[in-house]
Amino acid sequence: MRYGKYRFIASFLAVPLLLYIVFVVSPYVQAVYISMTDWRGFSAERNFIGLANYAELAGDTRFWSAMWHNALLLIVVPVVTLAIALFLATMTTLAGRRGSVGRGGVAGSRFYQIVFVFPYVVPLVIAGVLYQFFYNPQAGLLNGLLRLVGFEWLARPWLGDTTFALPAVMAVLIWAFVGFYFVVFSSAMKSLPSDVFEAAVLDGAGRVRTFRHITLPMLRDSVQTSYIYLGIMMLDCFTLLQVMLPDGGPDRSTEVVAQYLYRMAFTEGRFGYASAIGVALCLLTLVLAVVVLRMDRRARVEF
Amino acid sequence: MSIDTRTPVAEAPRQAGKPGAGRPTGPGGLHTAGQGLLVVWALLCVVPLLWAVLTSFKSDREIFLNPWGLPSEWHFENFVRAWTSANIGRYFINSAIVVCSAVVLVMLLGAMVSYVLARYEFRGRNLIYYTLIAGMTFPLFLALVPLFFVVQNLGLLDTYHGLVLVYTAYALPFTVFFLTSFFRTLPGELVEAAMLDGCSHAGAFFRIMLPLARPGIISVGILNFFGLWNQFLLPLVLMRDQERYVLSQGLAVLTANQGYRSDWSALFAGLVIAVLPVLAVYVTFQRRIQEGLGTGALK
Repeated sequence: MRYGKYRFIASFLAVPLLLYIVFVVSPYVQAVYISMTDWRGFSAERNFIGLANYAELAGDTRFWSAMWHNALLLIVVPVVTLAIALFLATMTTLAGRRGSVGRGGVAGSRFYQIVFVFPYVVPLVIAGVLYQFFYNPQAGLLNGLLRLVGFEWLARPWLGDTTFALPAVMAVLIWAFVGFYFVVFSSAMKSLPSDVFEAAVLDGAGRVRTFRHITLPMLRDSVQTSYIYLGIMMLDCFTLLQVMLPDGGPDRSTEVVAQYLYRMAFTEGRFGYASAIGVALCLLTLVLAVVVLRMDRRARVEF
Repeated sequence: MSIDTRTPVAEAPRQAGKPGAGRPTGPGGLHTAGQGLLVVWALLCVVPLLWAVLTSFKSDREIFLNPWGLPSEWHFENFVRAWTSANIGRYFINSAIVVCSAVVLVMLLGAMVSYVLARYEFRGRNLIYYTLIAGMTFPLFLALVPLFFVVQNLGLLDTYHGLVLVYTAYALPFTVFFLTSFFRTLPGELVEAAMLDGCSHAGAFFRIMLPLARPGIISVGILNFFGLWNQFLLPLVLMRDQERYVLSQGLAVLTANQGYRSDWSALFAGLVIAVLPVLAVYVTFQRRIQEGLGTGALK
């Protein structure tokens, strides 16, 4: 029996773990080593050069400007996305006039719950193509709409303008991600204990107060996990930007680190340097996660 | 856009049973504004997709001259052109082959791993579990360069099965994360009873636990389908043979090549073709997907 058990465990784990080690674990480990070589790709020649790539990276203005774009995405997109998602989820799960105590959304909630998720299921590549057309200077819908309502002076080549290209992309990211977090927050809200809400109602707390002092604190974990997840995604953003602004935008004003890495590796063949970019970004991701968790711990003590 | 924080206007109390939104001071103006915002967001969700569908039936000229109106003539041939001469048909089939195989494979392997991790005690179990889960948090592009060479050295570059294996490996963490907690919630007595009756470990899994876990497997499978249908970076690096492009790649190339001699109407038809399967899957399974997303996020 015992013997049979271990043989069974081994037989079930062998194939999946092998796949995982070959295609996931080993590349991540190799990346760290490759980042310390001067490997230029298809030749076998690669010399260990220690931290030279990282030293070069520290003085690489193109890297830092890409990093800055990621930082902007990281600051703006999660905050706006989560705020909208929280608002929509509150309206459709907690703010209704009917239903059991502490529950139920406003009229039409069922319809909203289906529709709000549409953008999330649309593949990002397709969203990118759609919005590229939306922002098109001549035929684009946005400029057309602005002219229609008499705001002609606002019309501009959105994606060709160094000031507006990045915000235009942010808007698409927010549009695409709200749906997912809407679902996450909705189901989190549904699982909150109803007696607290009843008590709030009896105490005469208004909607906004109930949200700030009851709903939000109780959703703390959900919001925090969502923030970290969305933050990690904002450090990537490759797909959408590569579709909407494949050359890094006007004056490289929208190039993100992932695009720079891709270009370094597969256009210029500097695999060692590209790996160093990846490792550096990964370290920053970890720092981000730790900072968010830390900040939360401090906030929790006051609580 | 965020929560409206204007001072609430006093209003008469509503009927009992009013939800936690604060019945006694429940501000009517605030409520109306909130509902207005819901409508606005719903329009933002629907209108772009509807517009894409309408545009896909227009002629190139009409797309530029009359971007807002209904098509004056319904050009169904745009879809034929997209499917054949713009190669969307080929890309669609490539995507379907790769994504469907990968989803089936990852669900089978993922269920096996999750079951063992959830139900058996053995040394190294936690190590395996956390190594798998860690794969969810690392950014994909860090692995990109070595992955390219791993796949190349195995002779799997530009092949369907190569991409299927890579998709499977990268979807494994998410799958195991969800299914392990799911298998923990299933009753163990059935398995014990079956084993007493002489059923093997593997038999108990395939005949009893797998059917029991069907709801969980379906939700996670659908989420994997969305994720992999969406995948762009992996095929971009690992599938460089234009004949075997997946849909997302094909559309991106098609867009990038829209220049002087462009065929916008075929491009839009292609977009619609690419969105249809995901929207169909979503609308069919939307309740299950929402449950799946919800339980997953709550752990």
